[in-house]
Amino acid sequence: MIDAERGPRTGEWLKRHGKWLIILPPLLFLLVFFLIPFAFALVISFADTAVRIPPFTDIISVGADWHVNMTLNLGNFKYLFTDEVYGLSYLYSIKTAFFSTLICLAIGYPMAYAIARTSKSTQSILLLVIILPFWTSFLLRVYALEGIIRETGLLNTALLWLGVIHQPLQIMRTNLAVYIGIIYSYLPFMVLPLFATLEKLDHSLLEAAADLGSPPWRSFIDVTLPMSMPGIIAGSMLVFIPAIGEFVIPTLLGGPDNLMIGRVLWDEFFGNRDWPVASAVAIVFLVLLVGPIALYQHYSTKQLET
Amino acid sequence: MSERASPLLTSILCIGIAILYLPMLVLIAYSFNASALVSVWGGFSTSWYATLAHNDQILDAAKLSLQIGVAVSTGSVILGTLAAISLVRFKAFRTRLLLTGMVNAPLVMPEIITGITQLLLFVSMLHLFGWPHRGFTTIVIAHIAFCTAYVTVTVQSRLQSADRSLEEAAMDLGAGPVRAFVDTTLPLIAPALASSWLLSFTLSLDDLVISSFVSGPGASTLPMVIFSKVKLGVSPDINALASLIICVVGVCVLTAGYLMRRTERQRLIDAQMAER
Repeated sequence: MIDAERGPRTGEWLKRHGKWLIILPPLLFLLVFFLIPFAFALVISFADTAVRIPPFTDIISVGADWHVNMTLNLGNFKYLFTDEVYGLSYLYSIKTAFFSTLICLAIGYPMAYAIARTSKSTQSILLLVIILPFWTSFLLRVYALEGIIRETGLLNTALLWLGVIHQPLQIMRTNLAVYIGIIYSYLPFMVLPLFATLEKLDHSLLEAAADLGSPPWRSFIDVTLPMSMPGIIAGSMLVFIPAIGEFVIPTLLGGPDNLMIGRVLWDEFFGNRDWPVASAVAIVFLVLLVGPIALYQHYSTKQLET
Repeated sequence: MSERASPLLTSILCIGIAILYLPMLVLIAYSFNASALVSVWGGFSTSWYATLAHNDQILDAAKLSLQIGVAVSTGSVILGTLAAISLVRFKAFRTRLLLTGMVNAPLVMPEIITGITQLLLFVSMLHLFGWPHRGFTTIVIAHIAFCTAYVTVTVQSRLQSADRSLEEAAMDLGAGPVRAFVDTTLPLIAPALASSWLLSFTLSLDDLVISSFVSGPGASTLPMVIFSKVKLGVSPDINALASLIICVVGVCVLTAGYLMRRTERQRLIDAQMAER
């Protein structure tokens, strides 16, 4: 009797709440291991360094009479704003990422445009050709680039042989090498979203513009460019955001005094072992990224909807 | 849009693709260089590949990376598929926005930030609960967190285009929702699951920054070993190792691409058959 009653009831319960069995595992996992860590970083950025494991003081301590004490130490953030190394490296990283993004756009736009103009079957092959390096390890691609731009690399050998230069160019360990590295590594990130919007471009609009006497360059500026704006923004953000935080490229290709923020963070963490200051650097960095990330989310969802 | 591209556009495209591939091709070519000097061609040889087989440090790291890769891709395919089903099938639920955000954010978040925050979490957890010790477990958890995002995006788009009429028919015939899904929709999205498994595997196999932060003493993945060697400059045995990894990744990505394309084509054929 009881069993018969329980049967439909569990069925009912499952029908109403069963979807949470599907939603909760990924939700909880990402909450605990992706989102909550940011809260930990925020808390630790207010701590002090300490010689112990873990190497920082407790923010919240419970006294003998169960008084809960909270000690916020703003010193780390003050330190960030007084020591000019951090300000300079944020600025330098933003500048480097910005110009790399512009150059990626200048190279990536014609590439995406050319792919969008080929036949469907050629398109899928060309896309695969672009996607393959997209998935290949950054570390290995940056390492491979060193084989091209180092003093005895392919580029210098070719230029010397052609007689263009008489002394090998010193590219490795300069800021130029960092630019080349970022552009080379992130180019596919620019081409793919651009292609996605250009492919959907309605050709009849261009024809209409031509019928009304608009020269091709004019149609491009009036029709193609504004229509592909979501792709331009999405692609630019996909390059700009990770490029600011790039660590591998400045470490392997840049000079010893290169100030990319990713490198400064790494050194603060592993070199100085100052975790609270490193957390504060990361938090400020994250705040700087909120705008670009929101912009990307907005335009990439817009792109999915159209 | 298809109208012939101008010669200028075509040549920019060709140059762009050449730039993307040239460094990797040069690297692979030099991995067969007999000379130990990286800038001199000393004839064809596979000796650098043979030295790899005797390098215990690299073999151990490769084994660890492969184990992590298998655990990560299996875990993230399960979680990512559940997340994709949640987002596509359950239109309105509380925390939907939260889930969407957490699925998309790892795609753009700089790795160095994710790595630092996750390390701080693991260290604090170890301090509070005595778990997890840094190493295999923490690397797997950290990788699953970002691979899940890629799986969700891939499966989500496949699920959106999957025809639901079969599933509804199964339910009309009395199958429960889970049974109906497993019998009708799951086979449809299976290739997307397989290809996202492969893509997660390559992502995990390639990751350096996050692994370096969350790993502990004694657990060095392949990219970590390569990075410590590469900092010292170009060397022929690393050329050989890098070539091998590029080939493994290439095969994984091409297979994933093939699986996705084949189902796309199958879907078009089915649609045409249905119209007749």
